[in-house]
Amino acid sequence: MTAEPTSARSQARYDAETLASLTADAAQIMARYPDPRSGLLPMLHLVQSVDGYVSRDGIMFCAEQLGMTAAEVSAVATFYTQYKRHPNGTYTVGVCTNTLCAVMGGDAIFEELSEHLGVGHDETTEDGAITLERVECNAACDYAPVVMVNWEFFDNQTPESAAALTDRLRLGEDVAPTRGASSVCSFKRMSRVLAGFPDGRADEGETAGAPTLAGLRLARAASGSVGEGDPSSPGAPSASVVPPSAPARPGQPGDEGSPSPTSGAASASGPAAGRAPGTGEEQQEAEVPPETGAERSSAERKPAATGDESPGRSPSGGKADPEPERKGRDDD
Amino acid sequence: MTDLLPVLTDTWDAERSWKLATYEEAGGYAGLRKALTMEPGDLVQAVKDSGLRGRGGAGFPTGMKWGFLPPPDGGPRYLVVNADESEPGTCKDIPLMLASPQHLIEGVAITSYAIGCDHAFIYVRGEVLHVYRRLLAAVTEARDAGYLGTDVLGSGFDLEVTVHAGAGAYICGEETALLDSLEGKRGQPRLKPPFPAVAGLYARPTVVNNVESIASVPGIVAHGPDWFSAMGTEKSSGHGLFSLSGHVTRPGQYEAPLGITLRELLDLAGGVRAGHELKFWTPGGSSTPIFTADQLDTPLDYESVGAAGSMLGTRALQIFDDTTCVVRAVSRWTDFYAHESCGKCTPCREGTYWLKQVLHRIEAGDGEERDVDLLLDLCDNILGRAFCALGDGATSPVTSSVELFRDEYQAHIDGGGCPFDPSASALFEYTPRNRRTPALAGGAGVGGH
Repeated sequence: MTAEPTSARSQARYDAETLASLTADAAQIMARYPDPRSGLLPMLHLVQSVDGYVSRDGIMFCAEQLGMTAAEVSAVATFYTQYKRHPNGTYTVGVCTNTLCAVMGGDAIFEELSEHLGVGHDETTEDGAITLERVECNAACDYAPVVMVNWEFFDNQTPESAAALTDRLRLGEDVAPTRGASSVCSFKRMSRVLAGFPDGRADEGETAGAPTLAGLRLARAASGSVGEGDPSSPGAPSASVVPPSAPARPGQPGDEGSPSPTSGAASASGPAAGRAPGTGEEQQEAEVPPETGAERSSAERKPAATGDESPGRSPSGGKADPEPERKGRDDD
Repeated sequence: MTDLLPVLTDTWDAERSWKLATYEEAGGYAGLRKALTMEPGDLVQAVKDSGLRGRGGAGFPTGMKWGFLPPPDGGPRYLVVNADESEPGTCKDIPLMLASPQHLIEGVAITSYAIGCDHAFIYVRGEVLHVYRRLLAAVTEARDAGYLGTDVLGSGFDLEVTVHAGAGAYICGEETALLDSLEGKRGQPRLKPPFPAVAGLYARPTVVNNVESIASVPGIVAHGPDWFSAMGTEKSSGHGLFSLSGHVTRPGQYEAPLGITLRELLDLAGGVRAGHELKFWTPGGSSTPIFTADQLDTPLDYESVGAAGSMLGTRALQIFDDTTCVVRAVSRWTDFYAHESCGKCTPCREGTYWLKQVLHRIEAGDGEERDVDLLLDLCDNILGRAFCALGDGATSPVTSSVELFRDEYQAHIDGGGCPFDPSASALFEYTPRNRRTPALAGGAGVGGH
């Protein structure tokens, strides 16, 4: 594993400048791990940040860096859905159509986008702007139905909001996710971050939406504290609970252990302590102004106005051909 | 009535909650300071005494897992945090890492010290860009403050932390597949034994723990194991994040002691969607057999949920009301398992494929009389015969839904189609483009790997 610029004999046909910069980045990636081979996944994200997909050259490059064969690299690259085998659009628009989001409206959103954009799953619009995907559960079920754009969260979507979102993306406008950076970056920039090279945007965006804070706000209301993270206001309603902000007990761990749990033993013991009900019925509205998401919890929302309002049909259907594959064909 | 109990969530509403300064103001890193004054073995014992069990679904006692590491032999030992949250319905670790990544980082530091690890890894799924940004920044902040790196807080303990982004594969949530993936390979599970504790990452002793498990460690150390075990039930101690989603008035994260019931949680969350009744729900993600209103009062702890015929899993409570077609729900989950099956073992690879085919034709109204039994037979040939838990999990929604809603399957077959209007279960009104086979519109869905 050499950190030196790969020689001119490299079979990856990058120009000298690109190759030098890729090689320097690859060296940084490999240095993060005790075994350089662990750097393969980030390295594949890295070549996507240059080529917009895992190209033949990208595979050759990774193979040379890691002393693997191209077949071995391809075997890995084709296993993971985020590695694209054809040039990706500037934006991956992923509609969650796993059960919960599908039932809550994800199916309708996908249908709308597919018709609106004139493409199906894993296809790219003619202008190269958008690759449409069905995606699996993205761990945002409390914001269903969810759309991801370059893996940033667009919560509580409707067919109309999602179609408008894609219109703005195609016009090249800045679009802000509901929870994430202040605007969505391109597929290539995203891929560079996923390769482990920060873009300095971690502090952008809000902390959490209303569902994330739903329980906490109830607990605050119940304990009479409306503190915004005030360390002196215990969030836990029960006196038996020491909130993390409280000074640590001078406890001596290790004496009198609780019975060690044995899995499989079925016990129907109820909750440890019955406490007074302290349910505040209040929930503060989210003050987060999401770009396209709903401003309140999705289930509270009134049904959106219906009516067929698909404004501009996409120019045409048809297969994606965002950019000519540069050289050779996709290795598989 | 069980009260909510903000512990991990306690700082989430703070201004810039993800910053180290915010976390420190709330008492953060007291646990690490204390831990560094203790013997590593005493820390392992403290976590054993707390009764903390794995929050990633399996519920294995965390301290015991640490205790399985062989005695130090001078070579490296690793901590790998499983942040590959992908189980359908599960949405707790992602908001935790977005809102309070330092909670996890402190847990990583304490755990690493306890098990003698000087290089820890956080394997986060690649499909959550901003979470990855926040984790990278959190590690940098913690290192700059002396909580990570060389000579942590002057203790002589060194710790490097690498945050690693995956690339889209549910199977990598299985701990040995995760390790293969982290080694730069296809994410396929390994034969066990040897367990990761003996031969894990790079065949070295390795602890693999879920995000929430590790994030629970600082509190246990700071406040003592008794503080933790006083919460929850005797065998399922402590606090946990309960994630309500679906047809519920206020979906979201509700942190409570283990043992709270769905009825209590629904009360807190404003109940099932107005005008509708609860039809079925998952206690811990799609891989756990579904429940109905009959289990509203089942304490959500490992033992009680197990005794009721399901698993606590990840406390991913997906709520479906009376508008939801159970065949459609299960068919879609099955698409997911077929898509995510890694292909290593035949029962899962072929079995999920055939489950998907049969469910599609039932849902589309083309089912045959024998198809429901065929589904059960297929499940019989997967459950217990697959290489890892993915195959077992794929059978859970099928077998449990047939048991509870066989009539509904039959109605699809007898009626030649789905009797439900999919738009009724959505949160907005729309006209399905393909009434007969709504779920299949737009093609057969995602392909395999």
